[in-house]
Amino acid sequence: MKITKAEVDAVALLARLELTPEETETFTGQMDAILAYVEKLNELDTSGIVPTSHAVPVENAFRDDEVRPSIGVENALANAPDRVEGFFRVPKVIE
Amino acid sequence: MPPQTEILMELHDLTIHELHDRLKRKEVSSVEATRALLARIEAVDPKVNAYITVTPEEALAAAQDADRRIAAGDIAPLTGIPIGLKDIFVTKGIRTTCASRILGNFVPPYDGTAVARLKEAGAVIVGKLNQDEFAMGSSGESSAFGPTRNPWNLECIPGGSSSGSAAAIAARTATATLGTDTGGSIRQPASHCGCVGLRPTYGRVSRYGVIAYASSLDQVGPLTRDVTDCALMLQAVAGHDPLDSTSVDLPVPDYTKALTGDVKGLRLGLPKEYYIAGLDPDVKMALDEAIETYRGLGVEFIDISLPHTDYAVATYYLVATAEASSNLARYEGVRFGHRAEGAASLIDMFRKTRAEGFGAEVKRRIMLGTYALSSGYYDAYYLKAQKVRTLIMQDFLKAFETVDAILTPVAPTPAFRIGEKTRDPLQMYLSDIFTIPVNLAGTCAVSVPAGMSGNGLPIGLQLIGRPFGEETILRAAHAFEQATAWHQRKAQI
Repeated sequence: MKITKAEVDAVALLARLELTPEETETFTGQMDAILAYVEKLNELDTSGIVPTSHAVPVENAFRDDEVRPSIGVENALANAPDRVEGFFRVPKVIE
Repeated sequence: MPPQTEILMELHDLTIHELHDRLKRKEVSSVEATRALLARIEAVDPKVNAYITVTPEEALAAAQDADRRIAAGDIAPLTGIPIGLKDIFVTKGIRTTCASRILGNFVPPYDGTAVARLKEAGAVIVGKLNQDEFAMGSSGESSAFGPTRNPWNLECIPGGSSSGSAAAIAARTATATLGTDTGGSIRQPASHCGCVGLRPTYGRVSRYGVIAYASSLDQVGPLTRDVTDCALMLQAVAGHDPLDSTSVDLPVPDYTKALTGDVKGLRLGLPKEYYIAGLDPDVKMALDEAIETYRGLGVEFIDISLPHTDYAVATYYLVATAEASSNLARYEGVRFGHRAEGAASLIDMFRKTRAEGFGAEVKRRIMLGTYALSSGYYDAYYLKAQKVRTLIMQDFLKAFETVDAILTPVAPTPAFRIGEKTRDPLQMYLSDIFTIPVNLAGTCAVSVPAGMSGNGLPIGLQLIGRPFGEETILRAAHAFEQATAWHQRKAQI
């Protein structure tokens, strides 16, 4: 086994996902199969190989620091599931 | 192939350039063309489910604007042309879902750059197209709005993730469409639906206003009825955008000028690693026939090797899922989209919202990506995959020392049946083995119609170009199209 149910539950917490027991069961099996498949990368010796994070090397793409119009508070809040005045409202964070 | 029977061309059957000619000659108005298309959507789309949202009012208003422009003599190639957008493109004032429940009734306050450029050119946006949720899928089945069906056979998948974008071309419910391609999501559905689909080079088209899946792989591109249309669409959206710092500041060539029909002396590579055991005989036959067609046009074929091909799918499912797990962290029910009711705490709200909002495939990829990035596994999975990605890129760069482009199948088989691969994610992932390497290498590739299977499903072939070599692959695709009639076939629906 590459991954256990307990590990899947721990990853779900990191990923901020709530899984049903059935989902944990299914994902454990499927992730196990996928992780076993990606093991094949270990057939390759990659010592000394530089990792690629972007296909086209773009570095330090600066632009001028100009003041431009933004979407504004009303537009930013227009899709909020819950709001109060000029803010997004969320469940209480600090007891 | 048998000769095409003479069919009366209706407005919805026309290519961009054919409709453009009629608009220019004032034989038809954009309002008439748009009405015809909207009627076609109403008649056909209940069977296909290519559209998530149709926007008749906005489309007719845009068509009226286009007609005014045309009357004033101001006509660009896309002016007045009805176009559909994958629902991954944010559209000002038009609900954008990415085929997910988690976006709820999200109505974006702005247009992305590609959409803004199409509108500036006078294009008429007719609606938002179905897709796999967050562009994660190869069949169109993982949409919160139900699967899209293949117009050539409604029991089959249209391919994915740009499922609606391809199906709308085949069903003639859009004149052209825009999709995105992260691991084959334009080329594979184009192949399965018998249309032309281009994935441009990474950096060629701005992704500003495109909902992110895997940011080092995502790219915007067109799906069209023929190669000329493909060049016209690319022309409209290509180019540097200060709002996307990964877009590259290189001049945009005139792509239609590349369509000379002359491919004499062109060197096409045939990678031996793409002749796999699971290659469908009909796909193999289409490839062999295409080689003969090209030979007749004076193309030279060179056997090449892309030795790390077999590692591409594994590399992709680590790189793409890792990036996805990070990109999709923004969906937490605070600023937009769905929010779960009755959560006791903030973290509880995040977890419940995401549990309710995401479908199974998206959850699976977030889980895999989170795992690959987590402490203790990062080096073994994510970093390892990034190193293998370098080897895959080097394969292509080496090949392009001796060839101008590479010819391969798009998918190992024609479209499979709905439900056939949903229970086994790994089998589904393996249907992308020929398209994924291009995304990892960051280069461009186009899918062109090149045959039909024994049971009447389209087969596409892929031309892979050098980075920013879109002109070469479009020229090669166009020459092939001129020499064959596959692109003229129509799904009977």
